[in-house]
Amino acid sequence: MLPNLKNSLFALFLAFGAAGSAMADSLEVLVDAGWARASIGTSRPAAAYITFRNTGGKAVTLTGLTTAVAKRAEVHLTQTDDAGVSTMSPAGDIALPPGEDVTFQPGGLHIMLMGLNAPLKEGERFELTLEYDDGGSKTVEVNVLGVAARGPEN
Amino acid sequence: MKLTAFQKVLWALAAIATLAFAGVKFIEMRTTQNADLQDPAFRASFELTDHMGMVRTENDFKDKWMLVFFGFTNCPDVCPTTLSEVAVVMDGLGRKAARVQPIFITIDPERDTPAKLAEFVPLFDAGIIGLTGTPGQIEKTSKTFPIFYERIEDAAAPGGYTMGHTSHLFLFDPNGGFADSWPYGTRAEEILADLKERL
Repeated sequence: MLPNLKNSLFALFLAFGAAGSAMADSLEVLVDAGWARASIGTSRPAAAYITFRNTGGKAVTLTGLTTAVAKRAEVHLTQTDDAGVSTMSPAGDIALPPGEDVTFQPGGLHIMLMGLNAPLKEGERFELTLEYDDGGSKTVEVNVLGVAARGPEN
Repeated sequence: MKLTAFQKVLWALAAIATLAFAGVKFIEMRTTQNADLQDPAFRASFELTDHMGMVRTENDFKDKWMLVFFGFTNCPDVCPTTLSEVAVVMDGLGRKAARVQPIFITIDPERDTPAKLAEFVPLFDAGIIGLTGTPGQIEKTSKTFPIFYERIEDAAAPGGYTMGHTSHLFLFDPNGGFADSWPYGTRAEEILADLKERL
């Protein structure tokens, strides 16, 4: 993606998401288009991926996630050790250092969506609300891609 | 009966010779076993039930290369990622794809029945066969490969647990011998290039 296009996308999400938040620090956190794979029914957890860019001068922490599509949404981290064993565990609050990108991607940080209220269907979108430690929050849209999607571009 | 000193020495020598012979035989046996294991490192060996309910062993896939991955269907991150890479590999093989059988073996037999696997593997549209079995069969399979898996209690997960597991993708030759493996995160393009060289 061209840098200009990417920046304007960030700006777009900022414009959509900032309404309703009076908090300054988390306003500086831009969020890139999120994506998730289509789910298999509702009984299994789904994963969503997103990229944060803290353009401000202060550290901001992501403290919570809510969405209408799942009863519970939390950040999990997949780790693979030297022996090639992968495990997944809740990652707790996520620090977003000033001037840095924090990328959620397969095999690393991801948003676990547990207790789906409806299946995530390819081509649909859902809203995800991000809550920050300064009391600010932002609602972003997540695109549902195919079950075999490898990244946001397909 | 009283043995002369000479007879005692003879008996002692006979005993030593017997022990030595047994020792040599034992070492020979072990070496043969080791040789079998080393060339190749190991062979695929399993007897499991596929997602259509049929019993399958490694012999069903003779004359095909096998791409084997372990996981579980409640896994939202690593497993679909690897299976989607496998789907890209299969697409990239074109006509040669007929010579490769991708296989997904669950390490969560309690939740992953054949019916659950049938909801999962066909979605990747890559001819993947899903295999499950009793907990005992899966444990046995994990030892022959060898892979590691463990149950991790997680109150928030469906059923109250999640699984940790070896996330390598294994390749076996048409004789069932281990040929190669790729760590989790290897791009499909790289796997495809390796595979094309071998086919």
